[in-house]
Amino acid sequence: MFSDFPLLSLIIWLPIFGGVAVLINGDNNPWARPLSLLVSAVTFVASLGLYVGFDNTTYQMQFVEQAPWIASFDINYFLGIDGFSMPLIILTSFSTLLVVVAGWEVIKDRVSHYMAAFLIMEGLMIAVFSALDAILFYVFFEAMLIPLFLVIGIWGGPNRVYATIKFFLYTLFGSVFLLLALLYLRHVSGSFSILAFHDVSLSMAQQTLLFLAFLISFAVKIPMWPVHTWLPDAHVEAPTGGSVILAAITLKIGGYGLLRFALPITPDASMALDWFVITLSLIGIVYIGFVALVQSDLKKLIAYSSIAHMGFVTLGLFIVFRIFANSATGSGAELAIEGAMVQMISHGFIAAAMFLSVGVLYDRMHTREISAYGGVINTMPVFGGFAVFFAMANAGLPGTSGFVGEFMVILAAFQADFWFAFLAATTLILGAAYTLWMIKRVMFGEVANDQVAQLTDINQREFIILASLAVIVLAIGLWPAPLTDFMHSSVEHLLTQISQSKL
Amino acid sequence: MMFEVSNMSFALPEIFMLVMACVILLVLAIRGDKGINSIYVLSQISLIATALIIYQSIGSGSGLSFDGTYIKDTLSNVLKLAICLINVFVLLYASSYLKARSLFKGEFYVLALFSTLGMMIMASAYHFLTLYLGLELMSLCLYAMVAMQRDSAVATEAAMKYFILGALASGMLLYGMSIIYGVTGSLAIADIAQALQTQEIDQTVLSFGLVFLLIGIGFKLGAVPFHMWLPDVYHGAPTAMTLFIATAPKIAAFAMAIRLLVDGLGEGQAYWQDMAIMLSVLSMIIGNVVAIAQTNLKRMLAYSTISHVGFILLGVLSGTAQGYSAAMFYVLVYSLMSLGGFGMIILMSRQGFEADNIDDFKGLSQRSPWFALMMLILMFSMAGIPPLAGFYAKFAVINSVVEVGLVPIAIVAVVMSVIGAFYYLRVIKVMYFDKPSDQNILQAPKDMQIAISVNALLVLALGVSPGALMAICAITFS
Repeated sequence: MFSDFPLLSLIIWLPIFGGVAVLINGDNNPWARPLSLLVSAVTFVASLGLYVGFDNTTYQMQFVEQAPWIASFDINYFLGIDGFSMPLIILTSFSTLLVVVAGWEVIKDRVSHYMAAFLIMEGLMIAVFSALDAILFYVFFEAMLIPLFLVIGIWGGPNRVYATIKFFLYTLFGSVFLLLALLYLRHVSGSFSILAFHDVSLSMAQQTLLFLAFLISFAVKIPMWPVHTWLPDAHVEAPTGGSVILAAITLKIGGYGLLRFALPITPDASMALDWFVITLSLIGIVYIGFVALVQSDLKKLIAYSSIAHMGFVTLGLFIVFRIFANSATGSGAELAIEGAMVQMISHGFIAAAMFLSVGVLYDRMHTREISAYGGVINTMPVFGGFAVFFAMANAGLPGTSGFVGEFMVILAAFQADFWFAFLAATTLILGAAYTLWMIKRVMFGEVANDQVAQLTDINQREFIILASLAVIVLAIGLWPAPLTDFMHSSVEHLLTQISQSKL
Repeated sequence: MMFEVSNMSFALPEIFMLVMACVILLVLAIRGDKGINSIYVLSQISLIATALIIYQSIGSGSGLSFDGTYIKDTLSNVLKLAICLINVFVLLYASSYLKARSLFKGEFYVLALFSTLGMMIMASAYHFLTLYLGLELMSLCLYAMVAMQRDSAVATEAAMKYFILGALASGMLLYGMSIIYGVTGSLAIADIAQALQTQEIDQTVLSFGLVFLLIGIGFKLGAVPFHMWLPDVYHGAPTAMTLFIATAPKIAAFAMAIRLLVDGLGEGQAYWQDMAIMLSVLSMIIGNVVAIAQTNLKRMLAYSTISHVGFILLGVLSGTAQGYSAAMFYVLVYSLMSLGGFGMIILMSRQGFEADNIDDFKGLSQRSPWFALMMLILMFSMAGIPPLAGFYAKFAVINSVVEVGLVPIAIVAVVMSVIGAFYYLRVIKVMYFDKPSDQNILQAPKDMQIAISVNALLVLALGVSPGALMAICAITFS
């Protein structure tokens, strides 16, 4: 029933034009907030249409739209989604809704700009996940930087200028290599269609260079050790909404890029260089875990924990080659990819929740130093409950979504190499250590000072945000099957693609 | 030599422009500075009317005329149209600047129109002498323009530098032309192309001549290492004159490069390609790196121009039709962005305040959110961030070098564009993240405000749908 209706275009352009409308409306108009809420809510509801209309028996692209865009370069407005992009799109529209609600009273300066930036950002991110034309993908991929650059720079903390310029240049540096790779692929395949890229055969030398270009661009985005240094800075300085979008979605674009470009286009190079990615991932998981342990700033701690968690995503994506090498049937390979995907979705919700929780505290105390807190649960019992729950989820407690993804990846890692699994599993200890220690210092104990004593518990608006996230985290944790069902066909297709040599 | 009336029609836009310029000169002579307003209006009318004439003549025949010295083809039509339209905006912006500084004199408009005529001749020239004639007509008017603010020592210095180095470049170009004449026995571009294909040419002498031609082109475009004049002139000249120099003349210089290197010496591509690579790579590196250190916006934009020239040459050096059309797209987009960039400086300035330091834009987003947004569009476009026109320009030229297998040069280009992004971001940082240092509201007239908004929104519109202009550029070289 959705086959003819351009649903993807609707959820891309509605927030973009909605954002422009909010921007034109101006700051002095009381409509900025309700209008943004309306636009983001409608977009979210419309994006659920993708879920309802999705056919999970096929790996083929669905909701396809195609129209010529730049004829002289044969660039098309080519959209479509599969089991990888659909959950990420819904994650995007949901997170934006949360950000709009979360910024309702908190943002007082240039409200219309703030809301417009996030709405435009939403449209661009959904477009990134649904673009099937390489240049269309790239245009949205880069255009995303503009709103986020402004969000961090305008509403950010004291060191925001340094952080936002670092963020911009780092990611731009990565993505220009992606552009080169795409141009080269067009040169070889004669088309800018990503699906055509999947079928083109390439020599090992070509694949290696292309793979490195993809890796540079997406590793910066994910971010992988050692190109992660922009993320803690950006997170610390960004306003709560910026951190949420950054952690929940833009990091996922890196993982999605590897799934969509690196693995299917350059399978042989991915296989040859899998040791490299796996090593970086394991360093990320273990070393960054230790780094997170010593942070004194709440947001920095969560930022480092994000890097460690994203290490699972890249680990899951690249151990499949080892699994194939160990057994001809490749049992466990599917588990690895699905684990990586679940980890991405789950981290999207948990990281959003963690940053929103920090936002709740920051709005009241205007500090992110862990040492400034203590015994918060005495004055904010309801919030304390949520915070402890999300912390548990972050540490990978069974029953929460955080457990599912990590467990699947670790399980699959056993099929690849015992030591991979062993190192990856240390995160269960390290993650628990840094998260719970933070919770202990912030939440429990005696009320630390007068400011903490005067804290008021969360209001209805904050309650709704945190409760909805808690429900989702719990739901995925208890019953992840609906999520993995959607990916099944796409994962199988990806596995056939990467197990066939392109040489 | 046959001299038919039908041939004359090919040069109708130029003839009309010449007549109008002379009429305006007469008005100036009779009424003096009292008639300045009518002179301004007349100049705008002549530019728009010329544009209309060019537009009308598209499709009504093309080819050589005046015994093979003049050509009317898609390239000349499109470039001439762009030159006229860009100059409509330039005169509009400039008037607002000149009025505030008692420089609002008739001479500026006469010089501007003659200079435009020179550019149009360059776009249509198909003979070394015609080309040189157009070039000198354009350049001499520009030298005089820079020197118009005669009480300003900086402007006079800039004019001197511009004149001496420009004359040197013209000399080099002429020398190159004479050598090419020596080996091919002709000055007509069509004959030279023919001679290169059919005759035995002394390759050493040919490459020797090409070096000088390329130096001349490099000077006029402002490519490294022939860029020394550019920052000083852009910085020293009154902003209105900088605006004029930085926009349409680049289109004319591009036309010259195409006529000489592609139409005339396309067969010698093996020789000029290597030299063009040097010019291009050096321009991108020096332009982008040195721009970082600038605190003066005009000077920063001057270095940014140098880097853009590097990118334009990237398309030319690829030696394919696709590359030429990419370079053409780039030069058109560049002149539109540059128009907006210098236009913003004029918009921000007022009597006794030049607004040409980057810090003068502090907190613009709070003083005037709309124009801060316009500047943001222009800066991101120059940095080559999608979805703005500047991205597709970079995309197209980089694509053209990748297509011919020059991937290392493409890598230099993309890395340099990241370095370049830094100084554009700094302007945006100053506008959006800093607190305003003065609370003056903008004093620019309404027409200027509307024009600059149209200008910036065009950059955005070309970014959202670049297809039409790209198709025109593709047709030009197909």
